[in-house]
Amino acid sequence: MFKKDISTAPKSKLKSSVQRALRQSLLTTYPLLNNYIDEILPKKGSLEAMKLPDRCTLYVLDGQPLFFQNDATPSNTLLPHLKLVHRFPDAFPSIRIDRGAIRFVLSGATLMAPGLTSPGGRLPSGVLTAPPAEGEEGAVKEGLDEDERWTRELEKGEPVVVRAEGKTEACAVGFLVAGTKEVKEKGKGPVIEDAHYLGDGLWRLATD
Amino acid sequence: MADTEQPELPHEPQSRHVTYCGVCTLPPEYCEYGGTVKKCQDWLQKAHPSMYEKIWSAEALEAATASLSVEAQKRAAKDAQKKAAQAEKAEQKQADRMANSVVTIKRVERNKRKYVTAVSGLEAFGLDLKKVAKEFGKKFATGSSVTKVPSGGEEIVVQGDVSDEIEEFLLEKYKDIPEDNIELVDDKKKKASAG
Ligand SMILES: [Zn+2]
Repeated sequence: MFKKDISTAPKSKLKSSVQRALRQSLLTTYPLLNNYIDEILPKKGSLEAMKLPDRCTLYVLDGQPLFFQNDATPSNTLLPHLKLVHRFPDAFPSIRIDRGAIRFVLSGATLMAPGLTSPGGRLPSGVLTAPPAEGEEGAVKEGLDEDERWTRELEKGEPVVVRAEGKTEACAVGFLVAGTKEVKEKGKGPVIEDAHYLGDGLWRLATD
Repeated sequence: MADTEQPELPHEPQSRHVTYCGVCTLPPEYCEYGGTVKKCQDWLQKAHPSMYEKIWSAEALEAATASLSVEAQKRAAKDAQKKAAQAEKAEQKQADRMANSVVTIKRVERNKRKYVTAVSGLEAFGLDLKKVAKEFGKKFATGSSVTKVPSGGEEIVVQGDVSDEIEEFLLEKYKDIPEDNIELVDDKKKKASAG
């Protein structure tokens, strides 16, 4: 998405009604953010928007990049900037690539299934078939299990964070072009195209 | 009713603080993919010695390569070499460019005893003109803006005669600019002395 360098554009303050709508949209896409939303978007904070090339918009608070979205896509779903993922890693569903795939992902290549199905990769365990009902005791929670597998199977089109074997921090974020169940069954084909990754134009963009 | 309201409990901030590499900007564990590995290592060893130990110790490196096949290790090593060579070349190119670039600080007489100072050539040193213009404005408490020049480039125009101050400021703040590469010019308006 941001293979090329992006130059800084002026930021514009957002009306509070727009800020509220974004907050709602975030919580709908990322229910696990509920615990952190007041820290990410303080009630009195002043969220700003920066227009990026190719009809993308980046949302910035106090100089810190938070989310971005591509207005050209029909779903228009918000994706977290990797710096936000690093701050709140357990709030976003994730998969893990093996060590060998890291350098490809960091050069902007499409993430392919073998990087996930190999011993170093981690796809969801899928023990959780639906998000647990609220207050349900003893149920499996949505999140990472001991084997670093997300407990819920992820659908095609869902946003997902990419972690890497042997690394603490996530290295990319994007939309699944194949559901994780399908990836396991087929074991080949593209999984994420056009991700935002460490070192890409968005990562290097100055936002302060 | 007001006194039955619970005071809002101060939330413990949950945000993690992640250290990023001062050279390549990635989390240091990813420096190996950035092409400036040596510089990154030097920086990390100085700035965060314990993190350096964790990432670059012999055991950590061994564990890192153990899971790759010999083939993949070879390919990765070759790739890293290529990247490092590219980064070195780019760096050299930039260094050459900087060595041969001149920053011109020109005093221009606008009206009788009214001057502006035009600064050109800063972009060759990787500086963001808008940002620097803002700094000038703040530093000298005067108007300062980026304007286009007829030749196609851009320059910073500062209100008032602050040539010497700007030179001093640049040398102080932007050490990449050698003193010899700064040129002070006085652009005197031809006096209409006829008559
Ligand atoms: Zn680095």
